[in-house]
Amino acid sequence: MSHPAIEVSGLAKRYVIEHEARHDNLRDTLHHAARKLWRRARWGTGFDTEEFWALRDVSFTVQPGEVVGVIGRNGAGKSTLLKVLSRITEPTAGRVTLRGRIASLLEVGTGFHPDLTGRENIFLNGAILGMRSTEIRRKFDEIVAFAEVERFIDTPVKRYSSGMYVRLAFAVAAHLEPEILIVDEVLAVGDAQFQKKCLGKMREVSTQHGRTVLFVSHQMSAIAQLCSRAILLSAGRVAHIGPTQDVLQTMMASPPLTHRPSDALDRPRITDIAVSQTALESGNLQISVSFESPHVLTRPHVGIVLTTQFGALVGGTNTNADPCRNSHPASSGLLRLHLAHPPLLPGQYRINVWFGDGDGSTEHREGAIEFYFPGLRTRPPEFRTETVGPLDMAFDWEQLPLIR
Amino acid sequence: MRLANPDSSPVPEIVLEAGRGSTHYWRDLWRYRELAGFLAWRDIKVRYKQAALGVAWAILQPAIQTVLLTFVFGKLARMPDGGLPYALIVLSGLLPWQLFTAAFSGAGNSLVGNSHLISKVYFPRLLVPISCLAVALVDFGVMLALALPVIFIFGGAPGWQLLLLPLFVLLALVIAFGAGLWITALTVKFRDFRFITPFILQIGMFVTPVGFRTDFLPNWRDLIALNPLAGVVDGVRWCLLGGRTELYLPGLGISVVIAAILLASGIGYFRRTERQFADVI
Repeated sequence: MSHPAIEVSGLAKRYVIEHEARHDNLRDTLHHAARKLWRRARWGTGFDTEEFWALRDVSFTVQPGEVVGVIGRNGAGKSTLLKVLSRITEPTAGRVTLRGRIASLLEVGTGFHPDLTGRENIFLNGAILGMRSTEIRRKFDEIVAFAEVERFIDTPVKRYSSGMYVRLAFAVAAHLEPEILIVDEVLAVGDAQFQKKCLGKMREVSTQHGRTVLFVSHQMSAIAQLCSRAILLSAGRVAHIGPTQDVLQTMMASPPLTHRPSDALDRPRITDIAVSQTALESGNLQISVSFESPHVLTRPHVGIVLTTQFGALVGGTNTNADPCRNSHPASSGLLRLHLAHPPLLPGQYRINVWFGDGDGSTEHREGAIEFYFPGLRTRPPEFRTETVGPLDMAFDWEQLPLIR
Repeated sequence: MRLANPDSSPVPEIVLEAGRGSTHYWRDLWRYRELAGFLAWRDIKVRYKQAALGVAWAILQPAIQTVLLTFVFGKLARMPDGGLPYALIVLSGLLPWQLFTAAFSGAGNSLVGNSHLISKVYFPRLLVPISCLAVALVDFGVMLALALPVIFIFGGAPGWQLLLLPLFVLLALVIAFGAGLWITALTVKFRDFRFITPFILQIGMFVTPVGFRTDFLPNWRDLIALNPLAGVVDGVRWCLLGGRTELYLPGLGISVVIAAILLASGIGYFRRTERQFADVI
């Protein structure tokens, strides 16, 4: 077996973004098409569509039996890559050669139906993932045992706790026997013990059965444990590829982001996003979003989601959920979010920002800005956001004698 | 550990390239055939799971419709019955019409109804509308089994013509599938087409000879025959009532030709748009 299991060369995927609202009905489309034709006839271009390359010139190979991690920020193209490899969407250019049966797990419990029982869902989900019914029957007991749901196997899954649901769903997928397994961020669900079990199962699948695994995760620790090699994607391109430790280091060292305002002057737009340095130094968070608009906005609306530098979600708010003090119609201005002493560990954080008028949002920026939060107290260096999560809570230990 | 599957020993090689999605399509369709069965089984099971009346719905709905149409066409409009109990004319027309309705609306809504699968797993998308045909066929089987004794009791006396019934059923499914493929593929992009299905069915109910027989309307016959379902309904009526209505062969010919055109163009359009489904759905 000298042939690689996965061979990707020059892979690209383009999406066409329409700047106006999506045309989900025929009338809008006809109207839009007529206008586009008119513009094209006058100016020779249809300038209200923009190309977006989710992947560009991506090449790599994976040998049989290798476990390779795919990392990168939100929007770097990880999910698109997995979608192309699992044949859900077609590449725009380039070539992929896959040698072996593939199974992909982009979501836990795809096709589970809440009204069907656990038993029925095992068969349905198995068939959806590409298993034969004889194969499912053969592994049925193993799946049920792995999921630890024996007692509830004939209960509709809508009555399951979310933990049971996830366990059952992962169990079906874990018992697939493809030569190539493609897994997206599925470990983000389930409790710690089950996550450990899943990681163990994935390691077993690759080392003992010699299967090839391509694994996407935001949990750097999982990547570090499981993968020998990793691919770092950045803006749709391969930024780094090599031994996992090297790639993780490259990722951490990548330069912080700053905000670039959009140059579309005919729409409401964000002109600046700033995180106050003085506030940070005293352990507070103060985020200012400045905006400008060609017309008066009745109720300027901003949404902010805080993430770690690797894109793991931390928390979020918007001006609907937490109404803005002194909100009034304006064509320019600044909305400021105050967050006193957020219970966060020291580390690099980013924010995703939404902006619009009223309930709608017209602009959305992933990872708009990156900053260093010093934390509220000193913690041991191994307590990093990617190892223990971003929250620093008032942990309180006590030792007690046993009561006999 | 044994090998995954005996038939996977020669390592299959899959090449993905722009515009090359079709190389193994029909082979994949065959390989995934069990999934169509599972999807149909799911739909049938889920439908009856929390319905208090369960299978009774399959009887109640056509029974009420039969009474209603018999009253409207037989009593109010006094359409000619040619000596047959009018209820039988209606019942034998409703059976194929219900089959078409279920298959067509099922297939037409199938992709959007299963969008969570389309965007997360690969399988030949054609399986989704196919599974809807299976659901419609099962419903038809139940209704037919219940209707046959009624037809005997009212003196319908089906004969050897019954043996030809599967051919007409097939024709109904082909028409429903062809039209359903168009609708479902268009619905992926334009949600409007969802509203077109009930509209087509409402009009179809009247331009299809569900509640009247065509052999007593010689002036209108050729016009009615332009509707491909007219041939199907006439044919099923001919089978179920033992040849006591006339089978209009030119009309049937038109049905077959239109059905073939619908099927070929439907599959063609579906296959052409299929590769974008996951991106736009």
